[in-house]
Amino acid sequence: MINKIVQSMADAMAGIRDGSVVLVGGFGSIGQPNALIEGLIEQGAKDLTVVANNSGVGHLGLAKLLETGHVRKIVCSFPRTSDPVVFETLWREGRIELEVVPQGTMAERMRAAGAGIPAFYTATAVGTKLADGKEQREFAGRGYILEEALPGDVALVEAWEADRWGNLTYRSSARNFNPVMAAAAKLTIVQTQHIVELGALDPEKIATPGIYVSRVLHVPYGEPTVT
Amino acid sequence: MNVKSASKPLTRLQMAERLARDIPEGWYVNLGIGAPLQVADYVPLEREVVFHSENGVLGMGPAPAPHQIDRWLINAGKQYITLRSGASYMHHADSFALIRGGHLDLCVLGAFQVAENGDIANWSTSDNDSAPAVGGAMDLAAGARQLWVLMEHTTKTGESRLVRRCSYPLTALGTVKRVYTNLAVLDVIDEGFAVREMVDGLTLDSLQAVTDAPLRRSRT
Repeated sequence: MINKIVQSMADAMAGIRDGSVVLVGGFGSIGQPNALIEGLIEQGAKDLTVVANNSGVGHLGLAKLLETGHVRKIVCSFPRTSDPVVFETLWREGRIELEVVPQGTMAERMRAAGAGIPAFYTATAVGTKLADGKEQREFAGRGYILEEALPGDVALVEAWEADRWGNLTYRSSARNFNPVMAAAAKLTIVQTQHIVELGALDPEKIATPGIYVSRVLHVPYGEPTVT
Repeated sequence: MNVKSASKPLTRLQMAERLARDIPEGWYVNLGIGAPLQVADYVPLEREVVFHSENGVLGMGPAPAPHQIDRWLINAGKQYITLRSGASYMHHADSFALIRGGHLDLCVLGAFQVAENGDIANWSTSDNDSAPAVGGAMDLAAGARQLWVLMEHTTKTGESRLVRRCSYPLTALGTVKRVYTNLAVLDVIDEGFAVREMVDGLTLDSLQAVTDAPLRRSRT
């Protein structure tokens, strides 16, 4: 019997190593798996590279992971939020490395990783300083730059519903990066608001098929309070 | 010369309203965060324009009343929104595939500078300010079929934002098609900026006096 549901945070976080590339779902705080981030802090892996769209609000979730010194480098498109105090301080003091990536390029680099595509050409960022050092090539008279896939060792994902096979649905705009990251990592760990019986999810509504999911932890927390 | 004494510059809301008048029914449109988002308030619901938000929402509706907030539903500016009938969700890679694949009819962005060759600079004003943050601007500026810019004609200190060449870091090359400012509506054509209309009381000469790039009248 396949059963990806784990009973404890310790089981969910088992085996995450120092130096891992960790993909963290969410856009701002919506769809950001804060319980798993807390679990990662507790688990203690250090020297992490975190890939996330933003850099955390206040001192919670992603911001707390940064503040507690677990992260060497962050890859993101928009390292600003309503309250980016932790990131801005670390960055100004030179205590965190930042790779700024256009949001669509970031999403596509992870999609490519999940689909076995090592690199792709895109028109985004051509002629800008984010194209520095990248191979440029013309197709049909238009310039493109080469961008490489961005695979994760670990993905932390927030779902709305999950079954024991790891099939997932998402809630509204909390879907965002979560399905893309789920497919792009070797170890995909999910926190879900609801666990349902196998067969209860409408196959038409499953946004992430269980093949991409390693572990599922039940974390019913209600609603996000900040964006 | 003082343009403001001779004419009535548009307010930010009037600029949004002016731009909104030019969006035809049936278009799929992405509005950048900040001032461009206000354009949606001036497109009446009966004129069916479908607004996209980068975080995976197509068919964004107006802001909710306080008691109707859905805490899972935000736009790219991280504001609470509603859906209109016919809306759909998608994940981030699909959301940017529709941008990068040339499916959007229009994107409206704010900018620090637009150059007469259509270059846009809108994400960073220097190399050493607070941490650089590009978001989806480069994808939108390179990917939408048309890019219109909504911005003040000059900076707070009176420097022209319509320039011969951008001095700030670029967002995309040669993609701006039209600019809506508080003083004028201008097309970007092969020769440079072409003035479509000006606010009452302005002449081409008085507009040129506050504009770095050379201007000409639109032939269309």
